[in-house]
Amino acid sequence: MMELLLVQGLNGLASAASLFLVAAGLSIIFGVTRIVNFAHGSLYMLGAYIAVTLFAVLPRDQLGFWGAVLLSAVAAGLLGALLERLVLRRLYGAPELFQLLATFGVVLIVQDAALLIWGPQDLLGPRAPGLRGAVYVGEARIPLYDLFLFAVGPVVLALLWLLFNRTRWGTLVRAATQDREMVAALGVNQRWLFTTVFFLGSLLAGLGGALQLPRGQPATLHMDLDVITEAFAVVVIGGMGSVPGAFLAALLIGMLQAYGILVFPKITLVLTFLVMAAVLVVRPHGLLGRPQGAARALGAGVEAVIRPAPPALRRLGLAVLALLLVLPPFLGSYAVSVLGEIAVFVLFAASLHLMMGPGGMASFGHAAYFGLGAYGVALLVTNFGVPMLGGLVAAPVVAAIAGAVFGWFCVRLSGVYLAMLTLAFAQIAWSGAFQWVELTGGDNGILGVWPEGFLAGPLPFLYLTLAVSIGVTLLLRRVIYAPFGYALRAGRDSPLRAEAIGIGVRGVQWRAFILAAAAAGVAGGLFAYGKGSVFPTYMQISRSVDGLMMVLLGGVQTVSGPIVGAVVFRGLEEQLLRLTDYWRAVLGAAILLLVLAFPQGIAGAAQAWWQRRGAGTGPAAAGTERGEAERAA
Amino acid sequence: MPEPGGAAAGAAPPVLLAVSGLHAHYGRAHILSDVALEARQGEVLVLLGRNGAGKSTTMKAIMGLVPPSAGQVRLDGADLAGQEPHVIARAGIGYVPEERRIFTDLTVMENLAVGRRPPRACLAPWTPERLFALFPNLGEMRNRPGGRMSGGEQQMLTIARTLMGNPRLLLLDEPSEGLSPLIVEQMANTILQLKREGLTVLLSEQNLHFAGLVSDRATVIEQGRIRWSGTFAALEADAAAQAQYLSV
Ligand SMILES: Nc1ncnc2c1ncn2[C@@H]1O[C@H](COP(=O)(O)OP(=O)(O)O)[C@@H](O)[C@H]1O
Ligand SMILES: [Mg+2]
Repeated sequence: MMELLLVQGLNGLASAASLFLVAAGLSIIFGVTRIVNFAHGSLYMLGAYIAVTLFAVLPRDQLGFWGAVLLSAVAAGLLGALLERLVLRRLYGAPELFQLLATFGVVLIVQDAALLIWGPQDLLGPRAPGLRGAVYVGEARIPLYDLFLFAVGPVVLALLWLLFNRTRWGTLVRAATQDREMVAALGVNQRWLFTTVFFLGSLLAGLGGALQLPRGQPATLHMDLDVITEAFAVVVIGGMGSVPGAFLAALLIGMLQAYGILVFPKITLVLTFLVMAAVLVVRPHGLLGRPQGAARALGAGVEAVIRPAPPALRRLGLAVLALLLVLPPFLGSYAVSVLGEIAVFVLFAASLHLMMGPGGMASFGHAAYFGLGAYGVALLVTNFGVPMLGGLVAAPVVAAIAGAVFGWFCVRLSGVYLAMLTLAFAQIAWSGAFQWVELTGGDNGILGVWPEGFLAGPLPFLYLTLAVSIGVTLLLRRVIYAPFGYALRAGRDSPLRAEAIGIGVRGVQWRAFILAAAAAGVAGGLFAYGKGSVFPTYMQISRSVDGLMMVLLGGVQTVSGPIVGAVVFRGLEEQLLRLTDYWRAVLGAAILLLVLAFPQGIAGAAQAWWQRRGAGTGPAAAGTERGEAERAA
Repeated sequence: MPEPGGAAAGAAPPVLLAVSGLHAHYGRAHILSDVALEARQGEVLVLLGRNGAGKSTTMKAIMGLVPPSAGQVRLDGADLAGQEPHVIARAGIGYVPEERRIFTDLTVMENLAVGRRPPRACLAPWTPERLFALFPNLGEMRNRPGGRMSGGEQQMLTIARTLMGNPRLLLLDEPSEGLSPLIVEQMANTILQLKREGLTVLLSEQNLHFAGLVSDRATVIEQGRIRWSGTFAALEADAAAQAQYLSV
């Protein structure tokens, strides 16, 4: 027993090493540039793949092996610097969520590039020469390479400490972490600083990736998103921008995973995010973090005026509705199913928009409520034979209950931390669906969730989907213009003033959170019936990001934005899926182009264009939003 | 060495900083309109104005921190308007912000290190030792983090940090704000000493008394427009201008 505990503990320490390298890089980059870099996981993955190639090319001796490790790290560093120069440099002034979206576009491109270069199989690396053996403590076998990894964490921590405290570059980085504008006013070229910071951070990610291989862990195409969620958790637990914090948190998570698997084998993934949620609630800035002076609310900086639709737009909306009524009978079965899906995603995007736009709360984990709605329906149908009406009522209820619990914690935070907590909760929900196989079937999902009776035909079901999706979406629009919506926006724009005029900001945000969750649950329920099955992928991070993209592509501060965004995004994805195997790369490139070209989103850009033409000036256009909000309250 | 910029009549020293036609906006709010001012080599020019008149915005626009929407900022004839802050700093303008903006995690020595730039031919280069002679308090707390210093000490440190860049022109935004009378007097002496070193200073102030201790000439700003310019002595004599633009 003692030996098992020892082995597990050492195992935890060894995996903590890579996690620390990745998280430290992410944290350093965030500290200086304030960019939450999804593509950091891609650099970890590239580090591993490049190492696989170099191990094969270079001689199999000590020099060749360690040379390959170091060269992979440097290559990842250079790629990170390139990413900064080509893409992120253009986005430093943009709202944080756009930066995030752009980095997610890069994730998609890198995934396909890796698929193209290295193929779909998992690739193993060699064992480290000279460290192939093991030492024994009693019965317990401890690989020498793991012992080497224990040393890597503290050594890198010490080297980083020296770099940050004993070099001018490090001093500049620490100064810029606090006040980068002042550093520029003292004559330091920020671009150079940012590029070098990206180089260092990405180098650490690449090193983490390369060092994983000799443990027998292969390079895979999904290691990017796997590691980035864990690294986010580590950075948030440790405190954004704190390297020692990342070290502590990586140890904590490593040990938790190692021992957790002995005690709660079903919920090791949940544990990480439970710890993260607990830490965020007790210490909102992480274990060793400090409040970020310059951290604005996510999505801030967008011109925040929401106006009722001008008459022309209303007419367009009515025309589309009429078309949706008469067109379906003439469509093929493929078009019918795509149309239904688009309607579901319009509702999903509109529910997320309520939180992000008027609510000012950016959620990274909105897919949780979509997925919970879907799983709620599936479990009730397969276990209790609940009829369809019951299922469709249960979906929002299940999602709203989860929204009430998760939201209660989330509205206590703001900005990046709130986003990370929503991500944590979504990961908890996802890992529940994934690991609790007895209830959810795990990866195999739950099958046989079909609509019944006269609604079973594709056409009637499409009409039901359209009616429910459009109905609830219009309801959400009404909420935005109701006093509740004004109170929500007042709370977002100036919490203190809103409190002063008697708006309980947290309470209003909490109710908006629940409402958004319920609406996403409706979308999830419809989706489950439409597909006839549910899978953990409904809740995974990329589905949440899909929602973000729809809202952001459309424009956070336009009410029609999510609708336009969902149609464009889903349509684009659908077309790309049919046209090319490399749809991810094309989609990623499209996202990058859109973000770089329209930092206000598509609907936002259209609105600006419309106003420039002098058309959209109704009576409501005159009042500022803040004024309206106060009048309404 | 001759005293540059002294009150002596005769050939005026050359203009170092010439701002003309400067406009600046925050979003859609038009904050500065057609601001013009000139600081001659080696003099102390004070920019006077009430709270919210646009003094800080003028300094930020000169520094490139608020990009000017129109106008010129010439340093020794070269137009810097529209350049990035680090280019402007490297050209020889040092900025001491109103809010001090010390790096609180960094020690005194590290704060100075951030400001360090290569020496310039025309001025004796600043070193930490020379700065500690100017600000003896700082020399006694070289390894103290900026966050654990008093307001007066922080003010000294911001100035010292900026001087490490060996600027030719120093922008001092309301350095006397929030300091005790004793420290304010020290501050005045420091500015006079910097002037003796050959530095040109653009000072912003609401405090006429403090401005009088150090200034050669004055420019008065109100609601983002320049209302009055001349020697400080002339302003002291002009009770009407004082009442109109400066009294609270
Ligand atoms: N960041 C800002 N955003 C919008 N308006 C600002 C900002 N900073 C200052 N202002 C406005 O610009 C005007 C000039 O301010 P400022 O230059 O700070 O004045 P002073 O330094 O003379 O007190 C004031 O009306 C102030 O309200
Ligand atoms: Mg000011």
